[in-house]
Amino acid sequence: MTALALEAVPRLKPGVRRRYDAARGQNILLAPERVLVLDDIANAVLEKLDGATTIEALCAALAEQYETDLEIVRADVLELLTDLRDKGMITV
Amino acid sequence: MTAHPPPMALLAELTHRCPLQCPYCSNPLELLKVNAERDTNFWKAVIDEAAALGVLQIHFSGGEPTLRRDLPELVAHARGAGLYTNLITSAVLLDEARLRALAEAGLDHVQVSIQGADAESADRIAAYAGAHAKKLEVARLVPKLGMALTLNAVVHRQNLDRLAEIINLAVELGAGRLEVAHVQYHGWALVNRAALIPDEAALARADAIVAERREALRGELVIDYVLPDLHADLPKTCMGGWGSRFINIAPDGRVLPCHAADSIPGMSFERAGERSLGEIWDASDAFQRFRGTGWMQEPCRTCERREVDFGGCRCQALALLGDATATDPVCHRSPHHARIRETALAEAAAPPPEFRYRRP
Repeated sequence: MTALALEAVPRLKPGVRRRYDAARGQNILLAPERVLVLDDIANAVLEKLDGATTIEALCAALAEQYETDLEIVRADVLELLTDLRDKGMITV
Repeated sequence: MTAHPPPMALLAELTHRCPLQCPYCSNPLELLKVNAERDTNFWKAVIDEAAALGVLQIHFSGGEPTLRRDLPELVAHARGAGLYTNLITSAVLLDEARLRALAEAGLDHVQVSIQGADAESADRIAAYAGAHAKKLEVARLVPKLGMALTLNAVVHRQNLDRLAEIINLAVELGAGRLEVAHVQYHGWALVNRAALIPDEAALARADAIVAERREALRGELVIDYVLPDLHADLPKTCMGGWGSRFINIAPDGRVLPCHAADSIPGMSFERAGERSLGEIWDASDAFQRFRGTGWMQEPCRTCERREVDFGGCRCQALALLGDATATDPVCHRSPHHARIRETALAEAAAPPPEFRYRRP
């Protein structure tokens, strides 16, 4: 599978939804026959998938928000988005 | 809050009625009639209770759930309660208008069954003329209407040789997920076991095709592969553990830990609406009966995998050994494993008998 391009726009696939699970106190991603528990970072990334923001812009916003080095954010975000793409939860 | 971790998913069996007659039907031998079914308000109350309990996904199932005219209303209600809504359907009764109504009600995911790769054999297996063409027509519309599509193929010795074509079909229809499930021999499927069970060579070819295609289609199609029990050496973690993840409500409103639990003699099931779902989940005899490890005999009781697979499937232990508390004989540690496996493989080696259908 090809690596993700930083100028690509990731979005949730149809039939994939993020919500808060009050009974268990966690953010989750719901997909066909899947429930994925999101940690705070994954949730912060997915919050920013609006169908218009590029991966690069998303990383820049996160780096600023968390006052973290952009290179580190990029590596984490690309790893997360690649995993979600391979699981069929996002398109890029 | 419940004392036990709350259920993740609710299987809502709205009806047992079905126009198809798949010879591997996992529903009980005796099906409930329409007059035993519960009304819209019953299901709406169940949905509210389930959502409050912590259920995240609802699977509308059957029988054929699209036989219920109130399906869009129930979907909308479930979606309103925050649940992820999944429809498990044969699709033969759907058309664009009905599918659009379900999409507008907020349906997230449609799971369409197919019986094979080509119309002739698939329609013979389902005992329904024209089923396959209709299914493809409906399935194609699902992603176009903004819903996730899963294609669900139950595989066995009479369609396994066309598995590669089934996978191609899933891609062509725009499915994001394909479930390739070997037959589980419960309910009506056990009646047809000899006509369904593949030999080891056919199974090995299928395993290889899945492994190869799964890698090639990574990111495009998720392939979930449910392995056959009787060729295996370790049992499945049935239902993710009894009373651990799933809650199943039968068409008549009885609350079951698994949809086949009905087959176990001496079990009684409480009805939703008569006691809270949380209490039934936590404390009813049915859910406590095989929860955890306290009920186990040897070799399960001291096995290091006892909290991995929870002794396998209770209904299978019952069906094959006559004892629902025995180790699932799929497990190599069961004293009955070799004999059960030998019988199954002997059936696979003999020519397949004719299918026995529910309505001959």
